[in-house]
Amino acid sequence: MTEDLHAAVAAGVLSADASYRSLLQSIVDVARAIFAAKASSITLLDEGADELVFEAVSGEGAETLVGRRMPSGTGIMGWTLTTRQPLVIEDVAKDPRHAREAAEETGYVPKGLMSVPLLHEERALGVLQVLDRQTPFSLHEMELLGLFGNQAAIALDLLQRARRAKEVLEAGGGEVGVVARVATALDELEDERREAGLRLLEALEQVLRERRE
Amino acid sequence: MADVERESIPAWSLPADAVDRIRLEGDWPDHTTREWALGAASGKGVRVCVLDSGIDPDHPLVGGIDGAVAVSVDDEEVLVDEDDEGDLCGHGTACAGIIRSLAPDCSLFSARVLGAGYTGSGPALLGGLRWAVEQGFDLINMSLSTTKSRFAGILHELVDSAYFRRTMLVASAHNMPVESYPWRFSSVISVGSHEQDDPLVWYYNPDPPVEFFARGVGIDVAWLDGGQIRVTGNSFATPHMTGICALVLSKHPELTPFQLKSVLYLTATNVGSTE
Repeated sequence: MTEDLHAAVAAGVLSADASYRSLLQSIVDVARAIFAAKASSITLLDEGADELVFEAVSGEGAETLVGRRMPSGTGIMGWTLTTRQPLVIEDVAKDPRHAREAAEETGYVPKGLMSVPLLHEERALGVLQVLDRQTPFSLHEMELLGLFGNQAAIALDLLQRARRAKEVLEAGGGEVGVVARVATALDELEDERREAGLRLLEALEQVLRERRE
Repeated sequence: MADVERESIPAWSLPADAVDRIRLEGDWPDHTTREWALGAASGKGVRVCVLDSGIDPDHPLVGGIDGAVAVSVDDEEVLVDEDDEGDLCGHGTACAGIIRSLAPDCSLFSARVLGAGYTGSGPALLGGLRWAVEQGFDLINMSLSTTKSRFAGILHELVDSAYFRRTMLVASAHNMPVESYPWRFSSVISVGSHEQDDPLVWYYNPDPPVEFFARGVGIDVAWLDGGQIRVTGNSFATPHMTGICALVLSKHPELTPFQLKSVLYLTATNVGSTE
């Protein structure tokens, strides 16, 4: 029974990872289409390694960039992440250092880019970039980019949660492990004791929620 | 510093015999014009600190700086050292160039708070701001923000102490629906972007928290290696407002931050006189 539950939860978490990845991919695909851009990417901050990791790429670099890592302070992306400010550059090619860095990082040197931090609550989760936009730029575009950024940040947050849950399940311990074991124990009880157990858990839930509030 | 030496008076009250001591010369015109506020001003005598990625002092659009420090974090200790690395990213140089273009004779200083890596960014930002406030700059340009609420309290204290010490902080507003600081604090001048090309067009926003809008779209700015690029963002609207403040302060060094804000309001493009 425990193994079944474990497998069921793990399957949910595993499929969640895939779903959120598709969501991220869909966001960069739509961003690229709306801005008529050559490419769009979402990078996630790996806080432990202090690195940015490409999670989703549409257009140029889609085949090669996903999974690629770079130091979190690198170039325009690093700047966007640490300052938490969006930035639009029309002609990066005039900035030789950036062009060199970009070429080394991604193999593709854009002419212009839009870069927006992905912020969820108080954390900076990563960066969304749109490269070589064809549409004329106005503040409206900036707002649109912010909206995409918001959506991408929510998706990244979900992806991170799913990955953490998966790690905990795989390690077989931690908070989620405890909850999984309680659920299993409850499932194995006879009717009366099971109802009493449920009531106890509901009371516990209420206490936890009250304390949080 | 435009600080005025005065015999100290109690902080929370005004005894009758102290009234004469705080009498201010009522030299504001009935109708505050731009000509009065900043006509023929050059920013001379105003000390401006750019809290950013550093400044390339040799960039022709920057025209030299009067000092630079690098702020770093070593095992939770904030270190402030002389900086000879210039600019790590281009952004600080861009901001410095914009300020210089508006206020050619101001004194520019760089406090580099970026480059410490992502994890060091919050403490370095706070350490740099604390240093800049202690130095008594007239203006501090902050084209950056933090979303970490654990820094909000201490940031708030710092920007309030700056305000009371006659240091005006000019900070970039966020155009995304998140809580970030210090631009949301009312003791700073918070800046968003408008789309016009004129660097001397600014608007007062009657619906804060963003207080002013300055030029922030499609600006040719100084960048790395003596180059230039065209950029957009509130980060670049902010140094426009800083430059305008430098002009006003160079002509009216006696202004407190409250009075400076009042002048900016009275001479905003959508409010009063742009003569």
